[in-house]
Amino acid sequence: MTDEPRKAGVTPDAWVHLSRATPARIALGRAGDSLPTVEVLRFALAHAQARDAVHTRFDAGALAARLGGLGLVPVLVHSAAPDRATYLARPDLGRQLAPASQQALAALPASDPDLALVVADGLSATAVHRQALPLLTAFLPWVRQAGWRLGPVAVASQARVALGDRVGQALGARAVAVLIGERPGLSAPDSLGVYLTLNPRPGRLDAERNCLSNIREGGLAHDLAAFKLAWLLREALRRQMTGVALKDESDLLLVDGRAPALPAAPMTERQET
Amino acid sequence: MAAHAPYRITLGYRTWTFVDLKDLMAKATPPRSGDRLAGIAALSAEENVAAKLCLADLPLKTFLSEALVPYEEDEVTRLILDRHDAAAFARVSHLTVGGFRDYLLSDQATSDGLAALAPGLTPEMVAAVSKIMRNQDLILAARKCVVVTRFRNTIGLPGTLAVRLQPNHPADDPGGVAASILDGLLYGCGDAVIGLNPVSDSLATLTDLARLIDGVIQRFAIPTQACILTHITTSIEMMNRGAPLDLVFQSVAGTQAANEGFGVTLALLREGMEAAQALKRGTVGDNVMYFETGQGSALSAGAHHGVDQQTLEARAYAVAREFRPLLVNTVVGFIGPEYLYDGKQIIRAGLEDHFCGKLLGLPLGCDVCYTNHAEADQDDMDTLLTLLATAGVTYVMGVPGADDVMLNYQSTSFHDALYIRRLLGLKRAPEFEVWLEAMGIAGADGRPLPQSPTQPLLQGWR
Repeated sequence: MTDEPRKAGVTPDAWVHLSRATPARIALGRAGDSLPTVEVLRFALAHAQARDAVHTRFDAGALAARLGGLGLVPVLVHSAAPDRATYLARPDLGRQLAPASQQALAALPASDPDLALVVADGLSATAVHRQALPLLTAFLPWVRQAGWRLGPVAVASQARVALGDRVGQALGARAVAVLIGERPGLSAPDSLGVYLTLNPRPGRLDAERNCLSNIREGGLAHDLAAFKLAWLLREALRRQMTGVALKDESDLLLVDGRAPALPAAPMTERQET
Repeated sequence: MAAHAPYRITLGYRTWTFVDLKDLMAKATPPRSGDRLAGIAALSAEENVAAKLCLADLPLKTFLSEALVPYEEDEVTRLILDRHDAAAFARVSHLTVGGFRDYLLSDQATSDGLAALAPGLTPEMVAAVSKIMRNQDLILAARKCVVVTRFRNTIGLPGTLAVRLQPNHPADDPGGVAASILDGLLYGCGDAVIGLNPVSDSLATLTDLARLIDGVIQRFAIPTQACILTHITTSIEMMNRGAPLDLVFQSVAGTQAANEGFGVTLALLREGMEAAQALKRGTVGDNVMYFETGQGSALSAGAHHGVDQQTLEARAYAVAREFRPLLVNTVVGFIGPEYLYDGKQIIRAGLEDHFCGKLLGLPLGCDVCYTNHAEADQDDMDTLLTLLATAGVTYVMGVPGADDVMLNYQSTSFHDALYIRRLLGLKRAPEFEVWLEAMGIAGADGRPLPQSPTQPLLQGWR
C-alpha cells in the first residue's frame, strides 16, 4: 500500500510537532470527522495486546523451574478462584488460598524466614513472564549481602496482592514481597508491581504496604527496582513498619539516577541466569 | 399488595419472599457482578422478575417511611428525608412504582412538570422505577428532563451536548498538558470544563497547573471553566493561598460511610462550595461544583449497608444536588469487572445513572469508559455514547484518542464528540460555539475547519 491511497480523504493536523510533548494520542488527523484508518487499527492493536495480557495463561510450572535455577525453592499455589472469569468477578476469592494450597504450605518444614517471596499472575501473566526473573536475578545479590533468610517462593495462580498475606503467615515470614502483574494499560501491557508487607497476616490494609510499580522495559528498570526493594526491606525490618508511614527515600542513595553498585559479595555467584 | 416487609408475590405454584425493602430492591435490579459480589443479587432469572413484579406494585410513598440506610446512622439518609418536598411530591404521591413508570412515559409528564417534580422525588423512588424500565424507557424519560447550569457558559440547553476536555499527562508535564488542551480546543472540545486529573498532590504543582489552564482561558478569552480534579481539602487550601480555581471537584458516594472513605462530609462539601462562590469567578452563573460518582464505590469501601449498587449511586445524586453543581458525571466503566462485568452491564448502568440523575434535577454527564480487564471494547463505547446522546446526556469526556495515558483506561475522544454531533446535529454550549467560530476553529455549521500554522491558538503556543 502506497501513501497516496492510504491518506486520501485524511485531513492532517497542523500541530503534529506538539505530539513530542506528550504520550497522549494528539494530532491524529481526521477522515471527515472520524479517526483515520491507521489510528483506528493502531488503537485496536494496543487494546488487543492489553486484553491478551489479561487472559494469557500463567505458565507457573515453567516459571517455577527457572526460579529453581536461581537457587530458589519454588512451591506452586492457587487462589480460591478456579478460573479467570471467576477471578475477575470475585476479587475476594483471589485473596484466599485454595484448600490444597493451604495444606501444601502447612506441610512445609517451618523456616520462619526474613522474607517470603510470592510471584503472582495478577492481571497480567505477560508481565510476570517477562519481568519476574530479571527482577529476582537483580535482587538476590542484595539478599546475600544483607544475609536475609529467604523462604520458599510461592508461584501463585489467579492471585491478588493480599494472597501474599496468607502465604507469608503460613510460612511464618517476617515480611512478604508479592511480585504481581499490574492491570495492563494501552501503552504498557507488561508492567510488574511489587508489594512489600511486614508481619503478613489476613486483614492487612493496603495502607500497610509499600509498592513499587511500573517495572518494565521503558519503566522502572530491574536493577533499580531490586535496589529499592532491598532498601525498603532493610528499613521495614529495622523500623518495624511498612506502608504509608515508611516513605521510600532510596532515591537519596542513587548515583546519577542509577542504583549504587554492590560491594563485592562474599557469597558464591548465582548458578545460572 | 402489602406495603410492608416481608414482601411476597405468588407466581404459579411458587411464592417469592423478600425480607425487606432493600432485599426487594437488590433482587429487582438488572443483573450485575457487583451485587453478586455483595451476595445480595437475585439467585435466578425468575426471582429477578418476581422482584420487579412485586416492586411495581409498591406505593411510591413507601420510600418516605422505610429508609434503606438507617436515618440515625447516615447523614445522606437524613439529607434525603429532611429535604424532601412533600408539595412537589403530591402530584405522584398516589402512584405505585409501576404507575410512576407509566406516568413518566405518558404525555402528562412534560419537561416543565418533571423539573417541578424533582424536589419531591427521593433517589430510592427513582432507582426503584429505573429497575422496572427497559433501556428505551430510560432514554425516552431522561430526554424529557431539561437541566441548565451556568458558570462562564450555559450548559444543558435542549439540542446541545458539552464535552469535558481531559488533558491528563502521566507526569503532570505542563508542556504535555498544554499540547492536549490545544488538540482538544482545535477539535472543538472543552465547553463543559477543561478538567485535569493530576498525578501529584503537591500544592505547588497543582497551583502551577491551575495557573496554566487559567492562563489559556484568560489569554484566548475562552467562555469555559477550569478544574483540577483533586481532593476538596486540597482545593480549599489552594483557594486560601490565592490559586485561580473556577470549579471545586469531589468524588461522592451514596452513604455517609462511603463518603468518609473519600474523606468528605456534607459540611466539608458546603465549605468548598462557599469558598468557590466567594471568588465570584463565574460570569453568567454561580454553579461551582463538579462531582464524580460511579456504581460500586460504596461496596468497594465496605460501606454499602446491603443496598444494591445502583440504588446507592442514585443516593450519591442526592448528595450532589444539595450543592447545585455545574457538572456531575458517572464514571461508569472505570471501577472494573467485579462491579460491572461487561459491555452489556456498563451500557445498562450508564443509561440508569443518566436517567436517575436527570430525574433528580442534575446536569448529568457520563464518562463512557472501560478498563482492559472488563469484557468491553470501543464498539460498546460507541453504542453507549450513541444511546446517551439520544437520551440528551449533558456532557461526555474528551480524551485524546480515547486513551487516558495517566489513568490507564479508555474513554471517549475528541473525534467521538465530532461523530455524535454530526450524527444527531448536537450543538455546543452557545457561548463556546460563538467563540469557536470567531477563532476560525469551526464553521457556522459547527464542523471543524482545516487549520494552518497561522491559527491564533497555534501562534500563541510557540
